[in-house]
Amino acid sequence: MANDNERPIPGASVGEQFQDNARMSMRNVNIFYGEKQAIFDVSLDIGQNQVMAMIGPSGCGKSTFLRSLNRMNDTIEGCRVEGQIAMDGQNLYDEKLDVVELRARVGMVFQKPNPFPKSIYDNVAYGPKIHGLAESRVDLDEMVESSLRKASLWNEVKDRLHQPGTGLSGGQQQRLCIARAIAVNPEVILMDEPCSALDPIATAKIEELIEELSENFTIAIVTHSMQQAARVSHRTAYFHLGRLIEVNPTEQVFTMPEHELTEGYITGRFG
Amino acid sequence: MDKLKFENHIASVFDEELEEIRNDLMAMGGQVEQQLTDAVQAICEADSQLAEQVIQRDHRVDEMELEIDEACVLVIARRQPAASDLRLVVAVTRAVADLERIGDEAKKIAKHALELTESGPSPMGYSEVRHLAQSVSQILRNALDSFARFDADTALATMQEDKKIDMEYKTALRELVTYMMEDPRSISRVINILWVVRSLERIGDHAKNLCEQVVFVVKGKDIRHRNGQ
Repeated sequence: MANDNERPIPGASVGEQFQDNARMSMRNVNIFYGEKQAIFDVSLDIGQNQVMAMIGPSGCGKSTFLRSLNRMNDTIEGCRVEGQIAMDGQNLYDEKLDVVELRARVGMVFQKPNPFPKSIYDNVAYGPKIHGLAESRVDLDEMVESSLRKASLWNEVKDRLHQPGTGLSGGQQQRLCIARAIAVNPEVILMDEPCSALDPIATAKIEELIEELSENFTIAIVTHSMQQAARVSHRTAYFHLGRLIEVNPTEQVFTMPEHELTEGYITGRFG
Repeated sequence: MDKLKFENHIASVFDEELEEIRNDLMAMGGQVEQQLTDAVQAICEADSQLAEQVIQRDHRVDEMELEIDEACVLVIARRQPAASDLRLVVAVTRAVADLERIGDEAKKIAKHALELTESGPSPMGYSEVRHLAQSVSQILRNALDSFARFDADTALATMQEDKKIDMEYKTALRELVTYMMEDPRSISRVINILWVVRSLERIGDHAKNLCEQVVFVVKGKDIRHRNGQ
């Protein structure tokens, strides 16, 4: 396995892949589904409190790559991850690592809001309970409130905390899922197209939230909306056919991308 | 990114919109060039009719500015252009403002042409005007050419030419001052000429701004206010 400082083969990816304040470091990552290789030799850092957007056409591997960051791929039959994925220097694919604990440290928000069929309160309280984070009922109440506040949902639901989470609107459900993810105090939040099922107003609220969350969390977001990537992220990574083509500060990617393929994608041209 | 293409969008209408913006910008450039040529000719040939035409045609330049600007705003609203497309649209909105100002300067020159014709024929100061106008027309043409071809090298070279214009302008000023000292009766006439050379020098500056926008489109670098460094 290549060591951390070794650059990948020249010409593989362009831009600033590596960060001095890296929270997550991926080196020479290859991911396979059975015989089929989905990710080719991707090396990338996500810095502390950064919002990293991953964009690219359907099937480019961005979601596969994102899911490998908290080992969601473990649940997929035949999926194999090679290379190094580390958080704060710790190898996430270490056999001794507790995956349940890992997923508390690296939370995830999915495309479709998926609250548990439980009350709003229980949705948020679930994580802290199973991880034993709350010492008392009062503690738990506080955690639920602060998570809902951080997810900008508190004012909308404080009077109906014990009604089912599934009764909320789509945008509120998605913010509930974000509240659920942050209730266990993760370090990193992964978001897989978190707004694609939401209307523009709910989307704007989530985007506003991402901005606020980045003060306390490190965020990686996969999105099909390039405007969204441009609005919310600090750095943007462009994936194409399983390869990381370019990663650069977002303002550069959307005004002066380095790679022709990135330019073609974000300006909506034929490859 | 060394090659710029403004076609092959998946939405082919987007191609057409950008193409139209570029064509309209070039048409406006052509119109402005003509205004300059005619204004200078009106002075040197004491042709008040031509001067009147230049003054009247200026509103067409203004209209073109508004039309192109509106087209750019629509593209931004509809297409949310990014990267080279975005740079093109932004550069065009800046460029039309400069072209419009060149149009205004041409109109000023035409107005002075009228005053000069009224004050009677005299060749005093014409050679300075003609000389400077030639250089200014040339750099305007080069600037527009570099825009048409997105040729940053030509644009950068043209920007250097503007320095020569500034030198020529100063020389012209000195000569005009000499005329006034030699013959105080010529002062009001020479002041008119002075305004004309001033306008020509300003046109050179606007042409230089056009070149800066070419560099912005091609290289993504904003080189305004850097004195050509």
